[in-house]
Amino acid sequence: MSKRPQLTPRERMAIPRAKMPEQDPAARATNFREVPLGLTPEQAMREAERCLNCRKRPCVAGCPVGVQIPEFIALVAEGRFVEAARLIKETNVLPAITGRVCPQEVQCEGNCTLFKKYGGVSIGALERFVADYEREHGLVEIPPKAEPTGKKVAIIGSGPSGLTVAGDLIKLGHEVVVFEALHEPGGVLVYGIPEFRLPKDIVRAEVDYLVRQGVKFEMNAVVGMTYTMDELFDELGFDAVYIGVGAGLPRFMGIPGEDLNGVYSANEYLTRSNLLKAYLFPDYDCPLPPAKKVCVVGGGNVAMDAARTARRLGADVTIVYRRAREQLPARAEEVHHAEEEGIHFQLLSNPVRIIGEAGRVVGMECIRMRLGEPDESGRRRPIPIEGSNFNIDCDQVVIAIGSAANPLLTKTLKTVKLNKWGYIEVDKNNRTSDPRIWAGGDIVTGAATVISAMGAGRIAARSIHAYLMGLPQPGEEGAEGEQ
Amino acid sequence: MAGRIIENEEVVPNVRRLVLEAPQIARRARPGQFIIVIPDEVGERVPFSLADWDADAGTITAFYLEAGVSTLKLSRMQPGESVHALVGPLGRPTVIKKYGTVLVGGGCYGLGAMYPLVRAFKEAGNRVVALMEGRTSYVIYNEEKVREVADEVIICTADGSRGIRGHVKEAFEALSEEGRKFDYAHFVGCTYMMMISSKATEPYGIPTVVSLNALMVDGTGMCGCCRVLVGGETRFACVDGPDFDGHKVDWDQVFSRLAAYVPQENLAYQYLKCREAGSVRASPVREEVRP
Repeated sequence: MSKRPQLTPRERMAIPRAKMPEQDPAARATNFREVPLGLTPEQAMREAERCLNCRKRPCVAGCPVGVQIPEFIALVAEGRFVEAARLIKETNVLPAITGRVCPQEVQCEGNCTLFKKYGGVSIGALERFVADYEREHGLVEIPPKAEPTGKKVAIIGSGPSGLTVAGDLIKLGHEVVVFEALHEPGGVLVYGIPEFRLPKDIVRAEVDYLVRQGVKFEMNAVVGMTYTMDELFDELGFDAVYIGVGAGLPRFMGIPGEDLNGVYSANEYLTRSNLLKAYLFPDYDCPLPPAKKVCVVGGGNVAMDAARTARRLGADVTIVYRRAREQLPARAEEVHHAEEEGIHFQLLSNPVRIIGEAGRVVGMECIRMRLGEPDESGRRRPIPIEGSNFNIDCDQVVIAIGSAANPLLTKTLKTVKLNKWGYIEVDKNNRTSDPRIWAGGDIVTGAATVISAMGAGRIAARSIHAYLMGLPQPGEEGAEGEQ
Repeated sequence: MAGRIIENEEVVPNVRRLVLEAPQIARRARPGQFIIVIPDEVGERVPFSLADWDADAGTITAFYLEAGVSTLKLSRMQPGESVHALVGPLGRPTVIKKYGTVLVGGGCYGLGAMYPLVRAFKEAGNRVVALMEGRTSYVIYNEEKVREVADEVIICTADGSRGIRGHVKEAFEALSEEGRKFDYAHFVGCTYMMMISSKATEPYGIPTVVSLNALMVDGTGMCGCCRVLVGGETRFACVDGPDFDGHKVDWDQVFSRLAAYVPQENLAYQYLKCREAGSVRASPVREEVRP
């Protein structure tokens, strides 16, 4: 491969930011295929040339797992795509996934020197490109593995944090078994994020990559019910356990009418569609009845996913959010995609009642809101405007206002300390109050991102390894160098 | 392998006994718990009450009625085949205590599911009266198993062809009129039976528990599909139940939610039959996204 042509910073800044081709909005609003189509090799190499290779590496500082961003981009610029993919995988086991679902605009790309004036280097698109290139060309190789240590680790939950821990520990020579409550591995990547944002064959490929490295997956195993924690340690001989079960308890609003037919938690709505393929009903058995008008309550990424799913199922969709547009917690790209697909936004509005007839939803009564002083989260508090109630006609309501800690497993743990909201308390190494048990992801932080869950998994994996090998814990004196 | 079918036999018209290999579930199962089964790779997640388990043999038993596309598919599976997925045990176990005289009433699939309850209440030192209902004499099944563990078995049939004429409710009322006293009642089976039986015990002040059969998706509290109103509070049948106070359940809402997908259930059933008859094929657009 040719050496990278030496461009001046001015020349690099003059390159326009790559625009990833996307499925046409009108067409994609009726199918479940992926929306962004990926960069071409030429586009990727050109985009990589935009990187100024700054000495301060602000992008890396913005990455929860510390991907070696300028280094992989330099490889892309030279057309060394597979090497770039392998370099990313040293710190991020799921690049095809994070390249698609990370909020890069507030992480690596948001930190990029070019961000304000020219738009950050499209790090996510490049990450996605090299990971796809490696996989689609059949060039994925099994990384070398350390000598078997004879230690066994159980991972509870096969979501992004669990998969990260599994990937890190298998390379270090430990035996790894992942227990998953559902029938498909991937956690939120499979039941939560829709096909049009993250194709499920990519998740399967990533899981398959771990299987080929020797990670064992046990599906349909609900730890807390099918197995007890004591059983894992005492009878199945695990030396350490990582809990990455996600938050997993849907929040409802507590308003009248929420138990009507046609009212769904976002978890249920998305699980039916994504995991159980209800969008292919009746070829698949799980139904998600078509609605004419769907209201999605909430403004986060899950709300956008639910709204865009409802749109694809043929509905006219309105997102009802209590704050203003600037406060929408969803990624700008997701909001933009939703708008392009014809989804309406009813902002500064909050439901007060869901209206039913014969047990079914026929509408939702909302009240208009105005923004007051900032609250403890720093966002301006929405205040209802007395007497401003109005009705929206709808025959389905999806509630996407976040989730809480699911107690199914945690209530069975006697030795693991929880905080007052039921989330697991951990130290800086993601270790719980039981020295044999680590935890990370949403069951520690509450609902967050795929990549922050992976970051937690990474930290825990290092600590678990140190514990299993009798080494000092990361951060302690004599510990192996931090990243 | 967990999920392998050992037995799938029709015991009375339209009711089958399903015995599955499931060593881990058999080890952990407690009375009142359930399993979730996905029949094939395009199937949905369907809960079934556990009717028995054998930790030594590593098997579990459930009874089911062919009522829709999932149970139709299940009914056609042969011993040796495996279901696509099997999860359990799920749900809170029934609270088993010594109450004195316990009435356990069952019908439909509940004639199977009542067995572990009767056994457990008996083991806890209760005098257990088992009320087994059917629309007619020849649809009563599992009687010999229940007889092994109950102090008394009373049969009731809607057509009066055997035992007391009527359902569990009428049988309970007849017994009460005779002066029989019960300290606790537990009903499992079709929703209507559980509702009217609970309403019958209420005037007598008998603590009454029902094992609800809500629609479910994940079965671990993640989705809220199975929510029920109990004493004005929303509860999840999968993790807070399936047992609830029969006097506090909002029955209208239970019926309403159970009927949420009736049109789709009918469509799926017809569609499967049509496809098998060769009159429809999956569309090509759909084929491309199939696994």
